[in-house]
Amino acid sequence: MSTSIRRFLPVLFTAICLIASPLRSFAQDHSADIPVTENVDDTGDLDEHRLAETEEEFNIGEMIMHHIADSHEWEFAHGVVLPLPVILYSPDRGLEVFMSSKFHNEGHEYNGYHLIHGDTEAIVPVDESRTVYDLSITKNVASMILSAIILMLIFISVAKAYQNRQGKAPRGFQSAMEVLILFIRDEVVKPNIGPNYQKYLPYMLTLFFFILVNNLLGLLPGAANVTGNIAITMTLAVITFIIVHINSNKHYWAHLVKPTGVPIALLPIMIPVEIVGVFMKPFSLMIRLFANMTAGHIILLSLFGLIFIFKSLVIAPVISAFALFMNFIEIMVAFIQAFIFTLLSSMYIGSAIEDNHEADHGH
Amino acid sequence: MALLTPALGLIFWMLVVFLLLVFILRAYAWKPIINGLNDREKEIQSALDLAVETRAEMAKLQANNEKLVAEANAARDRIIREAKEAADRMIADAKEAAATAGQREIENARETIRNEQQAAIATMRKEVATLSLQIAEKVLHRELSDKASQEKLIADLAATANLN
Repeated sequence: MSTSIRRFLPVLFTAICLIASPLRSFAQDHSADIPVTENVDDTGDLDEHRLAETEEEFNIGEMIMHHIADSHEWEFAHGVVLPLPVILYSPDRGLEVFMSSKFHNEGHEYNGYHLIHGDTEAIVPVDESRTVYDLSITKNVASMILSAIILMLIFISVAKAYQNRQGKAPRGFQSAMEVLILFIRDEVVKPNIGPNYQKYLPYMLTLFFFILVNNLLGLLPGAANVTGNIAITMTLAVITFIIVHINSNKHYWAHLVKPTGVPIALLPIMIPVEIVGVFMKPFSLMIRLFANMTAGHIILLSLFGLIFIFKSLVIAPVISAFALFMNFIEIMVAFIQAFIFTLLSSMYIGSAIEDNHEADHGH
Repeated sequence: MALLTPALGLIFWMLVVFLLLVFILRAYAWKPIINGLNDREKEIQSALDLAVETRAEMAKLQANNEKLVAEANAARDRIIREAKEAADRMIADAKEAAATAGQREIENARETIRNEQQAAIATMRKEVATLSLQIAEKVLHRELSDKASQEKLIADLAATANLN
């Protein structure tokens, strides 16, 4: 035990130095930036600038919300911004596509649209009476597409390895992925869905790896918070909900109307409870993933925010060490949440398609 | 709370990207991977089954071999025993035959001797009778001239006759 701690200490120290030094320079850069920001604020509108903090009034809440929210451009670091395409659909003008860098002007205004930075970013038409649907490739969409490309590259190459090396032992990356695939198949999907699991396996595997890759990508500095966005988790939960109800058998529906072993007198109470339960399952899926990932990001951002609150170089290494520790926990959470989402989805599907529906339902 | 309000555009892109991802990965990744895994599992299972089968067969073969060895040993012992018995019997038979043959030879010899003896005795008796007759004739021839000698002769004859 003590030897492992002793072995770990130099590693920890090196890690602290490595992490702390860019942070310190970042902190210095930031303080150097302040006059510029003030200049912009003086000329522009103070309340709409998303970095509306000065040395004196650093608003940590605003900083955190800005980092976990979606955005129309991808800001990797302070000042390093990748403009993303804005796609708008309105019944009167049809489809409009332009880059988000067009909003980089004094009033954040372009072509009759206004980019507002409030609690979250939004594009609103200057003419209030028009309805506009915002289908932009935002930071989250771009990150999601990136993760989809990563997933396709990884798993199509792994699939090629299976086809080219038929009847041979797995090798390299193939065996690394095989562990996860077999874990999902044998420990999550097979025991919970039952004998007809083959049909749902592709969805479950995609679900697990999509959530996992997005969780891990979200931990990178400057990356998007995809799985910590409620729209993403809601879509995933709704897809699971639809799969459950397309494939559910008559036992599942009968159980909703007439739960087994419940006296007739209790049915007026039990039926609403059962119906609420049906919607509670995907709702809990949605909230669990969203809350876990968002909370993790908030903790990390709060820790880094402390550096700017204390304005002390001494505290930075301490905070960085703690943030490093939190990052390890977040890596663990990334795996756990992907696993839990897949596990619970399997259980919901399993409970809807099993033949003899027993009193084994989560409400 | 803006954080809890799902954005419409994000839902749209999420649906498009995620569903495309599911279908693409299902066709080009999960299917070959799962098939590969299933094939390998089947192969491993059949190899294990084959090993168990082979082991059982080996055990059976070994048992067979042992039985064959035991049978061969038993056959060898039986053959040796039978050969010994046959040899013993042959020796005994030969001894018995030799003994019988000797006996018979002895019997024959004895018979021959007896026959020869009888013949010799008969011949001798005839010789003796002839000789006696010749003697008697000579004696009578000489004695009949003398009365006393006659009487003596008769007495002698009587005496010898009684002896005979």
